[in-house]
Amino acid sequence: MSVETSTHDDGKPAAGTRRGELIRLEGVTKRFGDNTVLDGLDLSVDAGRHVTLIGPSGSGKTTILRMLMTLTKPDEGTITVDGEHLFPAPEKRVREVRKKIGMVFQQFNLFPNMSVLRNITEAPVRVLGMPKDEAEARARELLDLVGLADKCDARPTRLSGGQQQRVAIARALAMRPRVLLLDEVTSALDPELVAGVLDLLRDIARSTDITMLCVTHEMGFARDISDQVLMFDSGRVIEAAPPEKIFSDPERERTREFLSAVL
Amino acid sequence: MKWDWGAVADFMPQFWQGLLVTLEALALGSLISFALGLVWTLLMRVPTRWVRWPVGVLTEFVRDTPLLVQLFFLFYVLPEAGVTLSPLATGVAGIGLHYSTYTMQVYRAGIEAVPVGQWEAATALSLPVHRTWAAVILPQAIRRVVPPLGNYVISMLKDTPMLMTIGVLDMLGRARLVSQQHFQFTEPLTVIGVAFIVVSYLASLLLRTLERRLVR
Repeated sequence: MSVETSTHDDGKPAAGTRRGELIRLEGVTKRFGDNTVLDGLDLSVDAGRHVTLIGPSGSGKTTILRMLMTLTKPDEGTITVDGEHLFPAPEKRVREVRKKIGMVFQQFNLFPNMSVLRNITEAPVRVLGMPKDEAEARARELLDLVGLADKCDARPTRLSGGQQQRVAIARALAMRPRVLLLDEVTSALDPELVAGVLDLLRDIARSTDITMLCVTHEMGFARDISDQVLMFDSGRVIEAAPPEKIFSDPERERTREFLSAVL
Repeated sequence: MKWDWGAVADFMPQFWQGLLVTLEALALGSLISFALGLVWTLLMRVPTRWVRWPVGVLTEFVRDTPLLVQLFFLFYVLPEAGVTLSPLATGVAGIGLHYSTYTMQVYRAGIEAVPVGQWEAATALSLPVHRTWAAVILPQAIRRVVPPLGNYVISMLKDTPMLMTIGVLDMLGRARLVSQQHFQFTEPLTVIGVAFIVVSYLASLLLRTLERRLVR
């Protein structure tokens, strides 16, 4: 099944200024041993879109994000980001593509040996060659944005899970990515900390033109931020629709079952 | 058997010189084993097996043969190949090489204990490989490797008397020299025994302080 997030029936204009296709997957298959997690998937995401991937565990959602971040390779098929092929590609090109993509992980993955501020400045300084004071000024702005301006010098391990995840979001944004990949970013959080992180992401979705691909089990959040929701099952997209459609009147019985189980 | 404080006094000038040689061998041997072990570990992670294979065979060989045999080999065989080192330099090289095959395993375990998510975060931020190692992986591995490395330092200390066999005048070398001159064995051997305990204990104290610093 082919999914085009550019086809809209709600007449809502694409967010942001940069239009056109940014991400394209064609015939992507991924197997782990005998288990096929993605089965000939086609997917296209336009710049500025917010796409949410839902579905049962093991249906390949996270694998898509990991492939876009080049953390894992597809067994078959092609992946293109901003016109650049990813697999196979020379290391130098891959690095250029990676710079356009930021990722936030379920387990935060902050660097525990660095202060919060250096977690955020390390990549802009070392990868983008930004002067240190500029990177720090920007990191402070981002920490302000995520509500942690007073935690600059703290070690990540001293922060709560929710605070760590907000730092991780600031760290990803510091690279000014065109695409933000959000991999179950609230799944590891205590329930009372989830709302703060989701509110922050809602803000970012509203106020920037960043393209978002989001794997989540938070259906309320998916409804709020998405232009398009993709329902995965057994390595395929079985239904793709705007949130107002898929959450109130899904076409497929499998989608209905899944939603009634999680809502 | 009678304890003779006079014999202790006779031994002391020699003892201090011996202690200095022992500490020198220990310090240099440790540094070589720390540095070389890290080199082995990193080489074992190179993608081509034409690098990994010879390194693996060499280090396995060194680890599985006795240090004493290696010292003899370095001391008697290297000169035949035109390499002549002083006894102390040979001894330091031998101990450093031998223990590097152990420290490499410590490093490997320390590196593997860094969660895979750290590598993934570094990739997601496009950090270059050398920066990922220097800024992310090694600083986290080091606090896990300090305790086992410290144990090897103490183990190395207890192996330094082997250097006597290739003519290094360490503590044991000096004690034997003096003992044979005066036919008094009890006092010099007791003195160096106490010295080994004191140095081991001080080393373990130092180690614990270092550990506490790093864990913070």
